[in-house]
Amino acid sequence: MAIILSEAEAKALLQKVLAYSKADECEITLQGEQRGNIRYARNEVSTSGSLVNQNLAVKSSFGKKTGIATIDEFSDESFEKVVRRSEELAKLAPENPEFMSIIGPQKYLSSKGYFESTAAVNPDSRAAAVGKSLELSRAQNLTAAGFLENETGFSAMMNSKGLFAYYPSTSVNFSLTVRTPDGTGSGYVARGYSDFSKLDTAAATRIAIAKSKGSVGAKALEPGKYTVILEPTAAAVLLENIFFRMDARSADEGRSFLSKQGGTTKLGEKIVDERVNIYSDPLNPDLPASPYSGDGMPQKRMNWIEKGVVKNMYYNRYWAQKKGVEPVPFPNNMIMEGGTASLEDMIKSTKQGILVTKLWYIRTVDPQTLLLTGLTRDGTFYIENGKIKHPVKNFRFNESPVIMLNNLETLGKPERVVSTESERNYMIPPMKIREFTFSSLSDAV
Amino acid sequence: MKRRDFIQLAGLGTGAFMLPGLAMGRTVSPEALMEPGLDVSVKKRLADAALNAAKSQGATYADVRIGRYLNQFVVTREDKVQNIVNTESYGVGVRVIANGCWGFAAVADAKNEAQMAKAAADAVAIAKANSKLMKEPVQLAPQKGFGEVSWKAPIKINAFEVPIKEKVDLLLSVNAAAMQNGANFVNSIMFQVNEQKYFASTDGSYIDQDIHRIFPQFNVTAIDPKSGTFKTRNALSSPMGMGYDYLQTNPADKVTGITTRYNKGYDMLEDAISAAKQAKEKLTAKSVEAGKYDLILDPSHLWLTIHESVGHPLELDRVLGYEANYAGTSFATLDKWQSKNFQYGSKEVNLIADKQQVGSLGAVGWDDEGVNTKKWDLVKDGVLVNYQATRDQVHILGEKESQGCCYADSWSSVQFQRMPNVSLAAGKTPLSVDDMIKDVKKGIYIIGDGSFSIDQQRYNFQFGGQLFYEIKDGKIVGMLNDVAYQSNTQEFWNSCSKVCDERDYRLGGSFSDGKGQPSQSSAVSHGSSTARFDGVNVINTARKI
Repeated sequence: MAIILSEAEAKALLQKVLAYSKADECEITLQGEQRGNIRYARNEVSTSGSLVNQNLAVKSSFGKKTGIATIDEFSDESFEKVVRRSEELAKLAPENPEFMSIIGPQKYLSSKGYFESTAAVNPDSRAAAVGKSLELSRAQNLTAAGFLENETGFSAMMNSKGLFAYYPSTSVNFSLTVRTPDGTGSGYVARGYSDFSKLDTAAATRIAIAKSKGSVGAKALEPGKYTVILEPTAAAVLLENIFFRMDARSADEGRSFLSKQGGTTKLGEKIVDERVNIYSDPLNPDLPASPYSGDGMPQKRMNWIEKGVVKNMYYNRYWAQKKGVEPVPFPNNMIMEGGTASLEDMIKSTKQGILVTKLWYIRTVDPQTLLLTGLTRDGTFYIENGKIKHPVKNFRFNESPVIMLNNLETLGKPERVVSTESERNYMIPPMKIREFTFSSLSDAV
Repeated sequence: MKRRDFIQLAGLGTGAFMLPGLAMGRTVSPEALMEPGLDVSVKKRLADAALNAAKSQGATYADVRIGRYLNQFVVTREDKVQNIVNTESYGVGVRVIANGCWGFAAVADAKNEAQMAKAAADAVAIAKANSKLMKEPVQLAPQKGFGEVSWKAPIKINAFEVPIKEKVDLLLSVNAAAMQNGANFVNSIMFQVNEQKYFASTDGSYIDQDIHRIFPQFNVTAIDPKSGTFKTRNALSSPMGMGYDYLQTNPADKVTGITTRYNKGYDMLEDAISAAKQAKEKLTAKSVEAGKYDLILDPSHLWLTIHESVGHPLELDRVLGYEANYAGTSFATLDKWQSKNFQYGSKEVNLIADKQQVGSLGAVGWDDEGVNTKKWDLVKDGVLVNYQATRDQVHILGEKESQGCCYADSWSSVQFQRMPNVSLAAGKTPLSVDDMIKDVKKGIYIIGDGSFSIDQQRYNFQFGGQLFYEIKDGKIVGMLNDVAYQSNTQEFWNSCSKVCDERDYRLGGSFSDGKGQPSQSSAVSHGSSTARFDGVNVINTARKI
C-alpha cells in the first residue's frame, strides 16, 4: 500500500477502522510521510538519508475516560486490535476533569499545500540541487555547509460524530552557510517552499556568498542601544516567542506576558506599535497551511494583533467552555503584515544603524517581559548615511520583542522565512527598530 | 528533543513540558512496554540480510541498527492527571559507504529480510547519487569486530515495571505538597526512556544493548496578582542513566545547606516543598545590582555551563566545520590543541570525557558504530589535550581508533558525533562548600539551571539559574532576583580559583541536547563539585513592558 494516500483511500481506511469501535465515542487520525535529505559540509556531502513512516492513532472514550493507542503496521487484523486496545486503555484511565467530547462534521477551507514537483524529488534531483550550490562556493574557494530536506505527507481524521478531514502537503527547506577559508567571514541563507520548483539553490547560494565575503574584516563596536534593521530571518526568531505565548489560559492564570496587574489580561489592549498587524490564514498562497487543527477545529483567517492591539488569544476547547467564549485553535501559520519598503530602501534611509541578517541561540531570560537573549551571526553590518559601511563583530543582545515592536521605525515587504530555532515557516517583513539593546561582544564568526 | 517531534503543551506558562508527536512512534499500553523485543537471533538474521544486500550492491562498509525505543510520560498539573503516554518506536536504519560516500536509509517496522534488503539498497543508491559531489572519500578508522556481545545498564529498578498508579500518586502528592506550601500552579512529569539497540556491521560485530534513563521534574509558579508578577522554580532533579531507583530517597544522597540538593537519590516531595516556598520568596527578593561578582556554582547549575562551554566546543566535527550550517563551529581550533599549551582554564581545571560513568546518561558498552567506550582527558591542568571523535574523523587527531562518540537518537536517524559525558574533576585538596563561601567578599551562589545561550563558536555565553543567593563578607545574606552572568569561555575557566572535593561531586545533565540536521537529541551527563569563579560579569535582567 502506498504511504501517501488519496482522500478517497484515506476515507475508506478510516471508515473501516471506525467500524470496529464500541466506545461512547471514537476519533481516528492517520498520517503518512516520506522524507529525504542531503547534508554537506567542507564542500563535501557528509550524511544523507531517507525515511518512510506511517501511523494510525485511535482515541476511544467512555464517559470522561479516554485511551489512545496507535499502530504503524497496517492490516485488517491490526486495525481491530488497535481499536480494542484504545478501549481497554480508556477503561483503565483516570477520569479527566477537563474532558471534552469530540466535535461533529466541520466545513474546512480548501488550501493547496501539496505540489507534485516536491513529491517527485528523488536522490538524484536532491543531489543536482545541491550540486548547483556547491559549484558556486567551490569556484570561489569558499567553504559551504548546507542542508536540503524534502517532505511529502498527508494527515486525515475521522470520528464517530461524522467528522472527516484530509490534508496532503509537501515542503522543501534549504539552508546554507558559506565561510571564507580563513574563517573570518560567514554568510547564511535559508529558503522554505511548499513547491520545489520555486527553490533556486544557486540564487540562494549567491546571497550566502555575498554575506560571507562581505563580513570579512569585522570591526568591534561598543555594545549599547542601536537602531537595527532586522532581516526577516532575524526577526522571525524573536517574533515567534510572541506567537507561541498567546495562550489565553496562561494569561488568565497570571503567568504570561499577556497577564496584567489585578488578575486580568491584555486582551483588547494595545501592546505594540499601531502598525503591527499579525494574523494567520491557511489560504495564504505563499504559506499554505492545513485548514484544521489537531482536534478537528477549522482554521480560518484570524487576527492576533491588529493595529498593535491584542485581538485574540488561543483558547483550547476546555478553557473556552470554562470562560464562555468560542474556542480558538493554535494556528498552523503566522503572517506579519509589512509595508512596501525594500531592504535597500530601509538601509538608504538609515543615518546610523546595524544590519542584522541572522540571530542565533535565542532563549527566554524572563517570561514575564519576554526578555530574550541571543547573538547576531553570519553577517552583521554597520550602516552610516544610508550605506553599508563595514562588517561589525557579533553582539549578544538582551531584548524583548514586545519592547522592540514598540520601538518600530519602518516595516518592509514580508517574505517567507524559515525560523532557525523552530524550523517553522512564517511570512515576516524586514523591520527597522530603534534602541535595540546589545549587551556584549562576541569573538565568534 | 528533535524539535518537530515535540509539541509544546499549551497553557503551562514558563518551563512548559513537552509531549511527543508522531515521530516518537506508536503509543501503546503499559504492558506492551514490558514485552520483550525481537529475539537476538532474529535480529542477527535481519541484520545479516541488510549487510549482505549492502555488500552485493557495492557497499564497502555497512552497519545496521535495529532499534526499539520505549518512552513513558506521566504528566500532571495540580490535582489532575493530564496525560499518560506510552510510546514504542521500532525500525531499522542502514548506513553504508559506497563509492567512498555515506548513504543512509531507514524503514519503520522492518520485520523481514526483503525490507532489510530494500533499506540497504536505498542507502547504497543515496551514497552513489551523492558520491558525484564528493572529492575526498570517507576515511574510516579500523575497528575490530567484537562478535556477538551485549551490555545492560546497571539499573536496580526498571521504571517500566513500576505501576503507573505509583507514579501518578507520587506526582499528585508532589503537586499537593507544593500547593500547600504556597504555589499557585505546579506542573510535574515523569519521563522514562528505554533504548533497546542492536548494532551489526561488516566488521563482524553484533552488539545488543539495553539503556535506561529517567527524568522526574516539576515547575512551580507563584503569583502576586496585585502587582501582576509571577516567579517560577524548577525541580533540582537531574536526568539520570538510572531506573526508578533514582526516586528511592536516601539521606546519604542529600546535600544539605541553604537548600537541599540531591545526588543519586532524589526526594521529589521534599524538593517540591522547598520550591513552593522559594518561588514565593522570589516574588519579593532583591533585584541584583549589575557588576562583577565571585560566583559559587553548584553542580546542579555548573553542569550546563560545562555542557555549553566545554562539551560542545570540543566536538571534533564542530571544530572541523561539519556543523557550520547549524550548531556552529568552535573556537578550540586544531592549532590550539597542537600547540600543547593552550590554557583553556586555570590549573584547577581538569575536564574529563567518560562514556563508562555509572549512572550517567551517556554510559554504554559500545557506541552506535561499534566502538567500545572509553574515558579520556580533554583538558588537563588547564591545558587543552584532546577532543571527541568518531571513526571517520579520528585520523585527524592522529589516533588509530575512535573514542566511541557516535550516536543516533532513533533507528530513523543517521548516527554521528555526539558528546560523551564531560565532567569537571573534583578538587584534590579537601574543601567543603561552606569553607569555599567563607572566603568570598562579594559573590553570588547559584543553584539550579536556568536560561542559557552561547555563540556558535562557543566564546560568549550568558546563563541564568533557579536560585541566587547574595554573599557578603563570607556569609549568605539573602536571595537575589534578575541575575544572569556573561563571560567568555577561556576567560571564565581561567577564573576558576577553587573546586570542592569529591564529597560534593554530583551529576547534572541534559535530557535533550540538540545537534545535526535533521536535528537529533541526545542525553548526556556532566559531573562536578561546587566551583568558584572570580570576578564574573553579572547583568540585571529586569525590564518593564
